[in-house]
Amino acid sequence: MLIALVGNQNCGKTTLFNALTGSNQHVGNFPGVTIDSKMGVIKNQKHEMKIVDLPGIYSLSPYSNEEIVTRDFIIQNKPDIILNIIDATNIERNLYLTLQLAELDIPMVIALNMMDEVKNSGNSIDLNSLENKLGIEVCSISASKKEGIDELVDHIIRIAENSIQPKVKDICNETSPVHRAIHAMMNLIQDHAKREKLPLRYVATRLIEGDEILEKQIKLSDNEIDMLGHIVKEMETDTKLDREAALAAMRYDYIDNICKDTVHRSNPYTKEQIISNKIDKLLTNKYLAFPIFFIIMGLVFYLTFGLIGYHLSNLFELGIDAFIEMVRNFLTSNAINPTVVSLVCDGALGGVGSVLSFIPTIVTLFFFLSLLEDSGYMARIAFIMDKPLRKLGLSGRSFVPMLIGFGCSVPAVMSSRTLTSDRDKKLTIMLVPYMSCSAKLPVFTVLTAAFFGQKSALVMIMLYLIGIISAIIIAFTCKLIIKSKPTPFMMELPTYRMPGAKTTLLLMWEKAKDFIKKAFTIIFVASLIIWFLQSFDLKLNPITNNENSILATIARFITPIFTPIGVNDWRVTSAIITGLSAKESIVSTLELLGGGTSSSLISMVGGSLNAISLLVFILLYMPCVATYAAIKRELKSSKTAVFYMAMQTLVAYVSATIVYQLGRLISPNGIDVVIILLVIMLFAVALIFSIKNGCSTKGTYCKNCDNPTCKFKEKE
Amino acid sequence: MKLNELKIGVEKKIIQIEGKGALRHRLLEMGIIPGTIVKITKIAPFGDPIQIHIRSYELSIRKNDAECIIVED
Repeated sequence: MLIALVGNQNCGKTTLFNALTGSNQHVGNFPGVTIDSKMGVIKNQKHEMKIVDLPGIYSLSPYSNEEIVTRDFIIQNKPDIILNIIDATNIERNLYLTLQLAELDIPMVIALNMMDEVKNSGNSIDLNSLENKLGIEVCSISASKKEGIDELVDHIIRIAENSIQPKVKDICNETSPVHRAIHAMMNLIQDHAKREKLPLRYVATRLIEGDEILEKQIKLSDNEIDMLGHIVKEMETDTKLDREAALAAMRYDYIDNICKDTVHRSNPYTKEQIISNKIDKLLTNKYLAFPIFFIIMGLVFYLTFGLIGYHLSNLFELGIDAFIEMVRNFLTSNAINPTVVSLVCDGALGGVGSVLSFIPTIVTLFFFLSLLEDSGYMARIAFIMDKPLRKLGLSGRSFVPMLIGFGCSVPAVMSSRTLTSDRDKKLTIMLVPYMSCSAKLPVFTVLTAAFFGQKSALVMIMLYLIGIISAIIIAFTCKLIIKSKPTPFMMELPTYRMPGAKTTLLLMWEKAKDFIKKAFTIIFVASLIIWFLQSFDLKLNPITNNENSILATIARFITPIFTPIGVNDWRVTSAIITGLSAKESIVSTLELLGGGTSSSLISMVGGSLNAISLLVFILLYMPCVATYAAIKRELKSSKTAVFYMAMQTLVAYVSATIVYQLGRLISPNGIDVVIILLVIMLFAVALIFSIKNGCSTKGTYCKNCDNPTCKFKEKE
Repeated sequence: MKLNELKIGVEKKIIQIEGKGALRHRLLEMGIIPGTIVKITKIAPFGDPIQIHIRSYELSIRKNDAECIIVED
């Protein structure tokens, strides 16, 4: 049995999914589904009941990727039953989707969630009357308290096995002109819909709303298209509304009619909503919102990368090191070939171990992030951050992934999954690596200490700034180049809730699983390759001197490419290459090849100008393989991932070249050049932010512009 | 009068939804339909986006999008 779980965002869909499936879930692949949809099996059932958690959507109109995915999934895979979850505290809006789902000719059941909150606030919903009027069976549940779940499962089995479709076929008031139009339309296209195996009423309403793709798909004749136009025109004249508004109004009229007798509201707000509003007075307050936000995020960072995550990671690392030593001793004492010992201990275990030691940090970070998400605060962050980010063509939701990027790019990229628009997601993922991750910190520390002494802190701050400013400039450039329209920003601020332990733990486990998988695949291979390149010479003999390794040969060969950025020593090039497996390797490689002293660093890198341009390059060049893997996974395209990597490296190369060449012209002191550069960049950013809102992108974007007050429209 | 010009807490009836395409469709689907009562409940610290109360729920939209919603004077 296949169950499709469909519902609005923030209605408790994921909580219900977790309650139904426990940990029996994995990311599923279905034909036509490009967005992750989780798949699970309902617990303790005789027959296998598969359930798919489809994206949270407000309607079935194909205006967003999520809606298209959901619609296509239902129409193509024909699930045995649609489980429609509804937020009882917001029943009117939720029923809009229900009415559309009911047109799909598929058995259906409604799970009415958060009924406890409705009751607590002194309101009530008459379930029997709602059932009768909708023609769909309704189960009252509380997903977070796991109430009513067993009964819901019983309903699902009975309705799916008997294939009970929604009983009310005519979802409109019979006297309305829309009703007439839909029926005329259904008569007109009956044969077409049958031939294409599409649900008749759904096709009819979509055509009336205006759906050119569907019009072509069902191959209407010219005559029929004329008839369609005639039907729509008559409806528009009678309702005095245009086709889209007429249908939306019809559905909401129908919903109002249902709710009039079934929903009894003595209080306009539930208790939870009243409390939420009070909290919001503080958290979205004009003056307090930002300070509070920075305190909360600072705390999360401190706990993750400072207190908890750091100590846990250290413990983990100690354990892993001890384990590796144990294996090494065991192998050596059994007189195993030293190359094999090195392969196992330095290559395989060392590489994977260094990644595994990151797991506590990542799990801790995701623990806090899921707390923020589940409690409802994440939506507030999007709310307060939306305006500044919009200037860059992003939305408020992109802020959190970028912030996490300062910790580690991998979870940052993974957290972009919460972004609802595909465009935002791509852009955010592209920008995340510009936020200098914590693995680069040791590199910066070692290099700045050797070259800038007391001015180290200043240089570090400047490096972080250069990263952020580069991201801003790149985002702005992308906004100018990519002419795609930003999707309308519409979101709800969900009521604050206590995060559920189960949801939080499941999320943590999922992320850790993701990461471990990565550690044992791509990172494993990468560390083996680096080990191989470092341990053998060109004739594949184990090396006795580091200068003869394949890595050294490659580094010597490509070092001339780095001459424009001031890198002249093959050892620095080697470090840059090993940095691809993990950024902190840059330090260990430099130490291995040159010895750990400042003077050795200076002899390898050169003057302070060389150091600055090298730092800028390291700051900006392509992220580590783990990030590559995460990007590839999130975007489901290795092509795009490779493109991002290449572009970043190019940006790094160009920036470092500018720094080095400019420095040679103006001032040999690295810091001066960077200050000049920063001033120019800040000026550019100030310019970007001072551009008046509206269409700053003329051209194709403007022609389809939705903004009636757009100033550029008239000029075109 | 445009919705974004409304003061916090003032209830007005929607007369018309302007704009076109995905944005307009989405506004309609969220229940922002001529004849419905709407009010602004919250404004973000930077003055944008705004949160509106409609059909007994709260929705955040951008000011630009709110310009498409015409309410009675």
